[in-house]
This record gives sequence, structure tokens and C-alpha cells, in this order.
Amino acid sequence: MPDFAIPEAVRAEDGHVGRRLPRIEDRALLRGEGGFVDDVPVKKGTLHAAFVRSPHAHAEIVAIDASAALALPGVFAVVTGADMAAESDPMIVGFENPIDYYGLAVDKVRYVGEPVVAVAATDRYRAEDAADLIEVTYNVLPAVVDPVAACAPDAPKLHPRSESNCVSRRHFVHGDPDTAFAEAECTTDLTIRYPRNSITPMETYAAVVETNRETGGFDVLSNFQGPFSVHTVMALALRIRTAALRHRSPKNSGGSFGSKLTIFPYIVVLCVLARKAGRPVKWIEDRLEHLSASSVAPNRVTKVEAAYTKDGTVTGLRLTHWDDHGAYLRAPMPAPIYRMHGVSTNGYFIRHLEVTNHIVSTNKCPTGAVRGFGGPQLYFAVERMMQRIAVLTGRDPLDVIRRNLIAAEQFPYKAIAGSLLDSGDYRQTVEETVEQGDLAALKRRRDAARAEGRLYGIGYAACVEPSQSNMGYISTLKTGLERERAGPKDGAVASVTVSVDALGSVNVIGDSVPQGQGHQTALAQIVADQLGLTPDDVVVSLDTDTAKDGWSIAAGNYSCRFAPASASAAHQAATRVREKMARIAAANLNVPAAEVEFTDGKIHAANNPDNAIPFYRVGGLAHWSPSSLPDDVEPGIRETAMWNAPELTPTTAKDEINTSLAYGFGFDFCGVEVDPDTGAVTVDRYVSAHDCGTILNPGLAEGQIRGSWASAFGATFLEEFRYEDDGTFRSGTFAEYLVPTAAELPDIRLVHPTPHPSPYTRLGAKGIAEGNQYTTPVCIANAVADALGVEDIELPLKPAKVLAWVQAEEPPPSAAVEPDGDDALPARPTIDGSGEVQVPAPPEHVWAMLLDPERMARIVPGCERLEAAGEAGFAGAVVLGAGPVRGRFEARIDLTDLEKPHRARLSGTADGPLGSSRGEGAFELVAQDGGTLVRYRYSVELSGKIAAVGGRMVRGAARQLIDRFLRALVREAGGDADSGSSRGLSARLKRLVGGRA
Amino acid sequence: MKPAPFDYVRAECLEDAVAVLAEHGDEARILAGGQSLMPMLNMRLVRPEVLVDIGGLPDLARIEDESETVAIGAAVTQGGLADWPDLTSALPVVAAALPHVGHFQTRNRGTVCGSLCHADPSSELPLCLALLEGEVELHSARGVRTVPADDFQRGVLTTAKEPDEVAVRARLPKARDGERFAFLEFQHRHGDFAVVAVAAKRSGDSVSLAVGGVADRPEVCHWDALPGDAVDDALNDLAWALGGSDDIHATARHRRQLVRHLGRQAIEATAAGGAGA
Amino acid sequence: MKKLDRNGRHPVRLTLNGMPEEGFAEPRMLLTDFLRHEVGATGTHVACEHGVCGACTVRIDGKAVRACLMLAVQADGAEIETIEGLAEADGSFGPLQQAFHENFALQCGFCTPGFLMSLSEYLEKNPDPTVEEIKVALSGNLCRCTGYHEIINAGLDAAKALRERRQQTD
Repeated sequence: MPDFAIPEAVRAEDGHVGRRLPRIEDRALLRGEGGFVDDVPVKKGTLHAAFVRSPHAHAEIVAIDASAALALPGVFAVVTGADMAAESDPMIVGFENPIDYYGLAVDKVRYVGEPVVAVAATDRYRAEDAADLIEVTYNVLPAVVDPVAACAPDAPKLHPRSESNCVSRRHFVHGDPDTAFAEAECTTDLTIRYPRNSITPMETYAAVVETNRETGGFDVLSNFQGPFSVHTVMALALRIRTAALRHRSPKNSGGSFGSKLTIFPYIVVLCVLARKAGRPVKWIEDRLEHLSASSVAPNRVTKVEAAYTKDGTVTGLRLTHWDDHGAYLRAPMPAPIYRMHGVSTNGYFIRHLEVTNHIVSTNKCPTGAVRGFGGPQLYFAVERMMQRIAVLTGRDPLDVIRRNLIAAEQFPYKAIAGSLLDSGDYRQTVEETVEQGDLAALKRRRDAARAEGRLYGIGYAACVEPSQSNMGYISTLKTGLERERAGPKDGAVASVTVSVDALGSVNVIGDSVPQGQGHQTALAQIVADQLGLTPDDVVVSLDTDTAKDGWSIAAGNYSCRFAPASASAAHQAATRVREKMARIAAANLNVPAAEVEFTDGKIHAANNPDNAIPFYRVGGLAHWSPSSLPDDVEPGIRETAMWNAPELTPTTAKDEINTSLAYGFGFDFCGVEVDPDTGAVTVDRYVSAHDCGTILNPGLAEGQIRGSWASAFGATFLEEFRYEDDGTFRSGTFAEYLVPTAAELPDIRLVHPTPHPSPYTRLGAKGIAEGNQYTTPVCIANAVADALGVEDIELPLKPAKVLAWVQAEEPPPSAAVEPDGDDALPARPTIDGSGEVQVPAPPEHVWAMLLDPERMARIVPGCERLEAAGEAGFAGAVVLGAGPVRGRFEARIDLTDLEKPHRARLSGTADGPLGSSRGEGAFELVAQDGGTLVRYRYSVELSGKIAAVGGRMVRGAARQLIDRFLRALVREAGGDADSGSSRGLSARLKRLVGGRA
Repeated sequence: MKPAPFDYVRAECLEDAVAVLAEHGDEARILAGGQSLMPMLNMRLVRPEVLVDIGGLPDLARIEDESETVAIGAAVTQGGLADWPDLTSALPVVAAALPHVGHFQTRNRGTVCGSLCHADPSSELPLCLALLEGEVELHSARGVRTVPADDFQRGVLTTAKEPDEVAVRARLPKARDGERFAFLEFQHRHGDFAVVAVAAKRSGDSVSLAVGGVADRPEVCHWDALPGDAVDDALNDLAWALGGSDDIHATARHRRQLVRHLGRQAIEATAAGGAGA
Repeated sequence: MKKLDRNGRHPVRLTLNGMPEEGFAEPRMLLTDFLRHEVGATGTHVACEHGVCGACTVRIDGKAVRACLMLAVQADGAEIETIEGLAEADGSFGPLQQAFHENFALQCGFCTPGFLMSLSEYLEKNPDPTVEEIKVALSGNLCRCTGYHEIINAGLDAAKALRERRQQTD
């Protein structure tokens, strides 16, 4: 192993860049001595926070009663949305918009899991006890979850100041798409729906905050990942000077994949909480909180239209996006769609483009950064379209890709929407991948499988991989006039500081905020090479401190920033150190500084290695003997590079934007087989190639590719945050939100194509961490489309969904069987049921029972208290659940349309810490056989915790409760209640086989 | 995700556990391996007043080979049963099912009886109990009773065990000569609860098929004879009769298809040999 | 029969990587919280607290188990092994650690303690696993960074190193 590894780079013999150097980070991590936020000791007396969260997708907050919680010993403070509105300002985003966002819900909740109250107590256990005691009264409102439906004029509106849930609409025309479409030989369109997912890092959000009396601000330790432009957002919200918000990040962060950007609203809330509590406050987000309410990639609906020739050459592209950002926009949202704007035409030579972006609010978790950042959604649409064009023109999909790719001689290539594609030879990459990945063998495999009647398909996908984001691209969402008013925004500054001490030890700090990518190792390699040292001679510390470090707004770890930006900054800082040390050494060696070289810990004359001075001596001179330095050399050795690239220019008046600095290229192909019996899709072969220019360390680079493959595989097959149409959230645990494990993940064959280093980065390196997020979902989708001949492929490819594509019609049951499936009814988010039961009492008696609170208290399962309420109805407390899972609910039932003693309608609510339930139903009493036949139907919806974590079982549990109620009803009427639903099923099975069951 | 407060009793003998249950009833929960209970405690879905830990009772940690049955004590872990040398010959279907129960780390603590009492409709061990028509022995201050499988699991997370009762052992009939078994399941990931699991038993002409993950509990269908050409129709009707639900992992339709597909495979496997005594 | 009151902090004594440790816990305190915040052994990580992700895997009396699904009071008297105990006596990497290091089998390192402790038991039970066996054995541990490929290779390499070591001592 590894069979298909990225080879070590061929460089100078003593160079470390390009080598598979084992990681420095491992030395602590593998001994359990990492430094994650929760590992850092806190001051005695530090409190722990917990949140009360909304069980509803959309509701008015009528009242909050925290008195019982505050009375609990060990509870110090609670903060509500009203407190936040009084003590902080709404958190700004990059454009004027009608959304006021404070981190806690004010007046209304807008998604399940939204924080409503923060509470601080002596430990997390007590904080959760307190949260359970806080009573929030809601008035439930209709919710909307579909981004297209949310734009309708009559859709439930989330934000009172907005005219529509579409909070931003921008229309872009590049080239002349109207003419391209009007004159096209062929046109077609396709609508895709890209689901909601994220990459759920193993370490969740974590923060410790305390007030700082000296500054009037706050000291924060958190695993916030940047961009540090958001530091400003936090300070402004807290109404403090930016310098008074001291943010530190620890040595280690347990993965992020974008998600830890949006810890920042929590930091703002925790600061207000710490101020109110008068003590430091720590918060470690738990997994339920993370899955329901941290951050997700926007789901998106895209209508893609293409104009093309009969031979498959694309002449124009139209993209209409509905980008679903959930309940709030948090900076830098809605950035993902704009980050990809410049490469809307992917790696293809397409000169006519029209893009319409709808930024939509819905009753779902707000969005944030997720690895791939707008790319998976865009490329799913574009690459599915390429496959469709191949089908419609009767050509090989690879041929359609090839003929449209930008040619090598066109680089650097200015894409029509503004991206300046720096380098590459896309066709060469494709040919090398086809060759090394043995596409010919895969085609033979497919042909053999198809000859046996098996469902086998091949898919392809290409992608341009942007890295190092232009901080100005989000301004593309503003009109030219608005941009002019706001002033120019562009660039992406990266900072690294290299210092050499009096004994020649080298220290490196930087603003890259790693989350596991091995930055320490890579920076040590880069700096060591410049200074003629080994990586072991270089100490790299990448914990950050905004009060002390060099940093700028682009600081942080996102959008593949490290390889182009941080590596360049390190190279620049190390080069400056080298130049300075060369001048000091030159004076001692009596040679010009330009003729000084650094080798093996020595600084020497290039043409005479014996004319040398030890590296450490030069360090010593700089610190111990300033007087001996050449006249214009400052003492000490510490160089901070604030590196930026001039190619990152602002959005033009024509809305063209070079969204990123360096653009890699990826190309994948794969073979899949679909099992017609189960709907399961198996990835038989997967080949992946990425040209990311210079490879800094093949071990690190491969880790990024394979890691991206794994999360993209998850997005393709397993991972989805599921919401019902009414906004009920279903993916609350790792048993609902399924993450691939070692057992599911197929291996990939990595092809290492000829690299095309970036001319714009100092080492020629480009990002590599996101490529498979772009290619893999659509590559596999294209393969499934090829296998099944299906046009609409929607992710994730759950077998149940695929089965419906394979199996046109299900075999019906024989006449002997009465179907008992939920899907006998139209799909609804509710738990529905109906039935009848014979009660041994006349209708008048049954009627009286059903309206008598005392008797109902005996019949309703788990009833603790019940009294008459309203015109006809009950209110009380019930303990409901299944088996040991039980919760206390405040319940209210109202009866309407009473026709004594024949029929009535019911509606009711139940609210408790486990969640909320709303239901309606009806019953009818028919005199029969001396008793009463009770016919009933019900429809119950459940939301909150129980719906999020117990989805597999809530229907069964509800059926069980109804069953218990009916038995109790029969018993109360004096009958024998021993006939239950499971026994009913047994009886059906018995009838089925005519024997015992 | 931290449990609500509770008192904790480490039982030193079975009588301790029975006494606590007699006193606290529904407000007490038995803790053995904790692999089902602890997640529910952490999520505060379950809030007992007192936990009674029986995991350390040596009397309950025994697997006893009785003449016709195997008695599995309440503290026997799934991993412990998997390591029992006689498992494959005595309980071939359990041997086939156990590797699918969670992961080896959860099997290291999770108990067999705990899984039965948790009564997850998709769980493998209750499916085996149902197929084999085993029984569960319940103790309380009121005495001892034995409940057959068909009466034990009532529905989702619900069994016949009364609040004052503790399951002390489960008894599973040993495979007899000529009996053939098969176990199959469909899951999204290794170690997940099954979308659908089936276990089949053939004895002479008669065939039994237990199906988990579709109805609210494992259901067993028994055919005195099931010729090969009748299997598909029989399974189709069974699938429709069982019903099933749509949830985020699968649809009712998909579950029916899996009953047809896995059911046929399992029944064919028992005809072809399968796992036997 | 002793009842530990919910409001009390009760002594818990255990052996951690061969050393005696003592601390106090309310009955509801999870073993993870006890190890990390009462004893100060922060090498064991917490990532889901519902038994799915495996990050908190430790060995208790030799068995790899989820520490988030155990109460601290249940571990009273137990022998516990964690990632902090995997190094050689001289502090150098043990075979598992070395294999992870050489294979780039960790990135953020947050899930790593669980993988190491799972393999630590598994490779004792199955010293010469196939790739498929090791994949199944690791399926109870989630990693979001690596894509598992390198972890699987590290597991195979560690198995080999451990076999060789055993041969040498035999």
C-alpha cells in the first residue's frame, strides 16, 4: 500500500515540500494529549450552558416562564430572546435584508431546534435540569419548508419585515444567452433538487467565554474556524469595540468541514449570558443540538436549461436557483451560491450564461459553510445536464464532456461569469484518468453485466475546484450601485509569522486555524526548505489569539484556503527571514547576500560551502549583538507576511467576479450496479483524479481526497436532514442522520494526473479538499441514470427511493389479504389511523363517558389530572409514551360539532419536554348489538425531540396509545378489552395461512 | 445530553432488584448492560427515580444448557453468548443473528435479555425469540412466571413485563435434528437496526418465517407446507398483511419488497441446508 | 444493598492504565465526564453520547466499550485502559500508534482514541484479520476526516507488528 498513491514530488534533493512526511500533529494526538476546547482547563466557578429549544417549526412565543429554573440550586442566569434584543444588536450579513437575527428566538421561533432560552448553571447536568423547567408557551403557525413553495405570495411568511420569503433575487446575464437559446439547434431543461446535508464533525461546537473588565468586552476560547470577518459581526452585535472581543482558538479542532463558522451566534449569546451570570460560561454543544441546529449546506432547487448543437456542444446555459437558507441568514450567507458564481459554466467553454438566484427563507435550520460550499449543488445541475445532453444527442457522455472542456491553450481562461481559471489542461487530465483508471476495462464490465440482464451504469463528472476565496465575491449579490456605495471589497489576506530566536530556533505562527488537515506539518516543511533546516527544527503553533497574532478578515480555514494562501504566506515570511539572515551572514562571510545559501543548518557562500556560519550563530547575532548587524538591518528576526494576490479583484460593473484565486480540476468516473430486488446501489469501481498543482505533502493531500470522497459518498447515499412538509425535523441522532462507516465505504482508485501548478500562488499549490464533494454525488447519479435510464435522480440514493425507479408496479396482494400499510393513505407527516371498536354500553352511556372528566381520567392512558375546560373539552396533565420512554404533557382537548349522542369532532394539543403534539379526529357512535360501535379516526402530528430522535417508532407508539385508550374505554363500559392490535395482526396472519401464526 | 437525576442501587442479589421494583414499580428501571437504556437516559427520554444495576450479579451471568433449551441469564452479554462454544450447534439462528446486533463494543456490554426487554421492533434477538418460540422468566415479589414469546413482546418498546418484574432469564429451544435455520437482514449500515430482518426455520415440510422491522413487533408466520412455487405468493400476502410504515429510513413499500426478497432467500437457504444443529 | 442518593457525590475508585485513581460522582454522571473532568484524563473524547460514534471507546476489564453508555458509579472497581496508556514504557509510540502515524490514519484526531481502543481489543481477539473483517470491526467507530482507508491500513499494519512482537516474546 498505497497502490494508487500520489507520488512524492520530484524536487531538490534536500527539499521537504512534496514529501510524504508523517505528521507532527500525531505526536500529541496519538497519545491522547491533544488540546481541544473541552480539554483546556477552565477557571473554578465556570458555569455551563444549556439551551431550551423550539419543538415547533414556526410559532409565536406567547410567554416564557423561567422562575422554576431560576429557583433551582446552582442556576445562575437565564437569557431570553427579549434579553438579546435589549442587550445586543442584530447580527449583520453582507447585504441589507429584512431579517433580524439575535442568536435566540425573539417573538417567534422559526425552526425545530432553534434556541429560545440560554441557561447557565454549575454543571451541564444542572443546566439541562433547569432548561427542562423553563416553560415556553407557543402559538403554532403554519410552516413552509420547500424553497419554491416558500416564494409563493400566499406562503406562510417567516419574517415580518420581508415582503416575501425570497429575501434576495438577483438576475445575471453574461454574454448573450437569449440569442444563444433562440438560435440553438437543440435546447432542453432539467430540474434538480439537491438535499440538505452537512459533514457533522466529530467534535461539536465548543466555547468558553468570560467578560473582560479591562476592555469592557469579552475573552472567548472557541473552535470557531473563521473567516475572521465574522469577528466583526460578533463585536458589532455585542456593541463593543472589535479589539475588545479577544478570540482564541485552541491547538486542536475536531474537524469542521465548514460547520464551525456558525458557532458565532452562540458565542454572542454566551457572552450576554456570561455577563448576566457574572461568571465564565462554557458550552459544549451536544450531538442532538448539533444535528438539529448548528449548520447545514443549503438545499437547492435548480432549473437548468441548455442550448446545444446536435453534436453535443453547449452554446448557452441558464440556471435558475432557489437556494434554501432556512430560517435566518448568518454571515457570510448566502455566500456559497456566489462563491461558485464565477464558475457557473464549470470547466466548459460556454460563453452565454444566464443565472437567477433566489435566496429563500424556510422553516428549517439556518445554513452555513459545508465543505464544497455551493459547489455540489451547482455541479449536480451542470453535470447532470451534460449527461442528459449525451442521452438526447445519442453520444457518449465522455465525448460530450471532452468536446466542451476548455482547451489547454486557453489558460489562463476568463470564464464568462468572471472566474480567472489560472492553469490546467483539462483534456489531458481526462485522458490520463481514462487511461490510468482503465475505463476500457470498466466498459467491458458494464457490457458483461448488461449481457446478463443486470442493471449496471457508468457515470462521469468533471469539476473546477476553486480555492482561496475572494473576500469580495459576496458583493456580487448587491447591485452595481449598492457596491459603489459600500466601497470596494476584494482580496484574501493570509498571515504567517516566522521568527528565529537567539539560539536559532524557528517559530512559526499563522492564521490558518487547522481542523485536522496537518497544517503544522506542511508549514514546517515549507519553512524548513527556505531556511536550510529540517521540519523538526521548526516549531509551528497554530492556536490563534486575535489580541496578539497577525490576522486579517480572511483568516481561518475554509474554501481550500491553506494550500494557496497560508502556504504562500509562510513561503513569503520565510523568504523574508532568509533574506534578512542572508544579509547578516553575508557581512560575516564577505560575500554578497545574493550569493548566500542555506543548507543543513549552515549559511554559506554558494560557491564555497566551507565559507559558512552556523544558522544559530546568525540568530544569536540578531538578538545578542544588534551593534554587529549591517546598518539597515533591524535587530531580532521576526517576519510577518500579510499575503494577498492581485488577481482577486472586485466584482465588475458587469457582475463578473473572480471568486477564487486558484482553480484545480477534478475528473471522476465510476461504475455502479442497482439491485432490482432491494433498490440498493453498489459502487463497483470509482476512479478519481485531481490536478491541484503542487502537492505539499502527498500523505496530507490523499487524506483530503479520501476524506472528501467519504463525506460525498455519505451525501450521495445516506446523509440527509429530513423535514416533513409541516417542518417537523426527523434527523436528530446519529441513528437517523446516517454517516458512512468503514464497512460501507468502497475504496477508490486515485489517479494522479500531471500537475499544473498555479502561476498565482507562491508554491504553485491549489486546494484539494473539496473536489469529491463536487464530482462524487453527480458522478454516481449519472451512473445510476445510465443504469436505469431515469432522468430525475434525487439524492440521497436510499434504496426505498431507487426501488420505486426500478420496480414500476408492486405486486398486489391476493384477495385474502387486507393491506395494512401506512401508504394505503396519501403520504402525510401525520400519524393517521381509523378503526372501530364495539363497546358494551348504549350510545347515550358512551357519550356521557366521553364527556365526563372523571371517567375520561380513568380512560385516557397516563392521565394524572383532567378537568373540564371550555364549552366542551378537557385540560389536564398526562404521561404518555411507549415502554420506558415517557414524558409528562400538558394536554388540552376540545370537542366540536357535537351531535349528542351520535358524533363529534375533536382537536387537541399536548406539550412537554419530549415535544409537542397536535391532533384532530372524530368519532361516531352507532347503536349495535345492544351496545355501541365506536367508529373513530385520528390524525396526530408530533414535533420536537421525540419526532427528531424516535422517528422509527413514533407511529407504533401512537398506535399503542390509541389502542390503550380504546381498551380502557371498553373496560370502563364494563366489557372485556382483551383484543389488541398485535393480536389483530396475528389473527390476520392466521387467516392468511389457514393455520397457526 | 445528560441524564436527569436518579438514585442508583447496585444489586448484590436478585432479591435486591425485586425489592426495589416492588417498592418503586414503574419509577425504577433495571440496568444491566445499558446499551439500550443509557442512550434514552442521556436524551432524557426515560427519567427513572431509581436505577437498579443487575449487571454484576454472577448468578445471572450464566448460560445454562438445559436438555431442550438454553437458559440465558439476564447479565449474559451478547458478546458472551457469541463466545459460548455450543452456540452454533444449540442455537444456530442466534449465532447467525448476533453479529448483526450493534457492534462488538456494544455487544461487549449489551445483554441478551436487555435487548428482549427493550422490544425494538427491528431488533434481531427478539426476532429469534419469536421464531424459536422461546420464553422469558419474570420474577417479582409476587412470584415467578414464564411468558411465551408470542405474549411477551406486545408492541413498540412494550412487553408483558409488569413494572414490578425483572426478566431473569430467557429460554430458547435448542435446534433439533433436521431443523434448518437462516437469518438475513437489510440495513443501511453495518450494525444499524435492520430495515427488515427475517429468520426462517424449516422442519420437514413446515416452514416458519419471523419478520422484524415491519409490524410493531416481530411477527411469525407458519406454513405446514410451503412448496417452492407457492413461496412468492405466500410472501407477497405476508408482506401486505404485515403492513409496515414509512419512516426516514425506508417506505412501507420497500419493507414489503424486502419481506418478499429476504423471505424467499431465507426460506430457500433453509431448503438448501442453512444453519442447522 | 446500598443505594446511592441522587444528590450525593459518591467515591469512585478505579484503575486507569495501571494507576489507581479516585474521584467523586453523582449517580447520573457518565463515565466519560468522570474520566475527563473528574480524573482529568482528557484523551478519551465525547462526540455523540448515544452510543453510535464510538469516539469515547475505552477498555473496561479488557473489553472495548462505549464510555458514554456507562455511569461512573458502574466503573467503581474496574480496570480501565484509555489512549493515554497505549505508549511504550519509554513513552515512544506503541504498535497501534506507530501504525496510525505511518499511515496518515488520523486527521483531526477526535475520533482516534475510539479507533485505537477498539482495535486494541479487537486485534487481541483476531490477530490476523482480513480487510473485510477489519472493516466490520471498525464499523462501530465514525470518522469524518479520513475516509477510513488509512485507518484500515493502519489496523492491518498494527496487527502485523503485534503478531511479530508476540512471536518474539514466545
